[in-house]
Amino acid sequence: MITIKKTSVDNGLKGQVEKLTGVDLSVCFQCKKCSSGCPVASLAGTRPSEIMRLLHLGAGKELLGRDLVWMCVSCETCSARCPMGIDVAGVIDVLRRLTHDSGAPKPAGNMPLFNRAFLKTVEVFGRPYDMGMIAAYKLGTGRLMDDTDKFPTMLRKGKIALLPARGIECETIRRIFKKAKENRGKRP
Amino acid sequence: MRYAYFPGCSAESTARDMNKSTYAIARALKLDLEEPRGWTCCGATAGHQTDRLLAVALPAANLSKVKDMNMDMVVNCAACYNRMKVANHEITTNADIRRDVRDALDRDYDGTVKVRHFLEVLLEDVGLPAISKSLKRTMKGIKVACYYGCLLVRPPEILKFDDAENPKSLDRLITAMGGLSLEWPCKVDCCGGSLSLSRTDVVLRLTESILDMAVRAGADCIAVSCPMCQINLDVRQQDINREMGRNYRMPVIYITQLLGLCLGLRPAELGFEKLMVSPADVLKKMEVYSHE
Repeated sequence: MITIKKTSVDNGLKGQVEKLTGVDLSVCFQCKKCSSGCPVASLAGTRPSEIMRLLHLGAGKELLGRDLVWMCVSCETCSARCPMGIDVAGVIDVLRRLTHDSGAPKPAGNMPLFNRAFLKTVEVFGRPYDMGMIAAYKLGTGRLMDDTDKFPTMLRKGKIALLPARGIECETIRRIFKKAKENRGKRP
Repeated sequence: MRYAYFPGCSAESTARDMNKSTYAIARALKLDLEEPRGWTCCGATAGHQTDRLLAVALPAANLSKVKDMNMDMVVNCAACYNRMKVANHEITTNADIRRDVRDALDRDYDGTVKVRHFLEVLLEDVGLPAISKSLKRTMKGIKVACYYGCLLVRPPEILKFDDAENPKSLDRLITAMGGLSLEWPCKVDCCGGSLSLSRTDVVLRLTESILDMAVRAGADCIAVSCPMCQINLDVRQQDINREMGRNYRMPVIYITQLLGLCLGLRPAELGFEKLMVSPADVLKKMEVYSHE
């Protein structure tokens, strides 16, 4: 049975998620189809149907620290198969966005750092820059040696670009990032 | 036929072979692909996991460029295709988002550019009869597991690409090329591409189960269309073999590369040398030799 401590009830999170996704969480009747189809449910400590139930019961910010939030692969099988049409993957996406500045612990693998490193290169060059992104992510996680065995072959085959894209007009891109920063917190 | 072709950023790194083979078969089939000038990143998974405006405005920056070109946007990267269509959907159904995107782009984009996957162009505009007539070679005797992944088919109500649970687009092409497309259960399973660098442990489990099923089905190769799936299934085989004690040597080949061969193009024109797991056995069965 899924329960939460009375002291941790925080209907603010449920309300926020419903407002940002447009999803009515109360229509979930726990059929667990989302969890059955989820490719990482068997590897994660919390399954998608449990996230839905915990939100419904009024779980608070501690939900943002559940491993599924960042283990979710965004495959959207849950959303596609929900008999009530709930965009479960959209709910997970909102939980991820709410982890910014929430004080939630860094998830294993630090996907938020990967995303920041990726997006930073997009903001600067207009397109992602592999070498810059990988270097920033590896330095940040301290996992310097991961995958280095494949780099020489991938470089030789041209599968990793040595230089960033050049000559792309980035004025619009920079304005998008600036607006996104201004809006954060107001419309995540 | 002319199209605004959005290559996507992987076309400049991990998926140069996809891009090269796409252009090669477009030339062979007389499809005119024109890239929007100065196209930029769609934001990919990082965008939509981080911020809703980034998720919609980054694709919209490109869609608005294509709006000025007055053509359909054709995309071959499943991730870009997905983000472009979702952005169109958000902009046409949510006035607040449309306004935020307008402020960010400094122009109003109405969400009406038609976004199509390159497979849709092949199947609908060129058509299987015309493709069959152009074949110089066939895939006779080659068993293919067609793998679609996630981003091409989900969310189904927005993408409306084929059947979300049992798509047949790739299978129909393989059949038209004389190959044997296999019935197998992993067509739309997820390979975990977005976690490839951050949670390699999870990704190895997901890719292993897909490769395992392709082997059990008797596949000579896996045919893909998505560059995230291709690199993930191809490059992770050596990790799986080392860490999980397996012995996979399953070529993971873009449909555009396979079609290119059947249209009589040479492997080098289609970027075959860039694949990590050697496709030599498949090429040999098709009586294609790399010196050709």
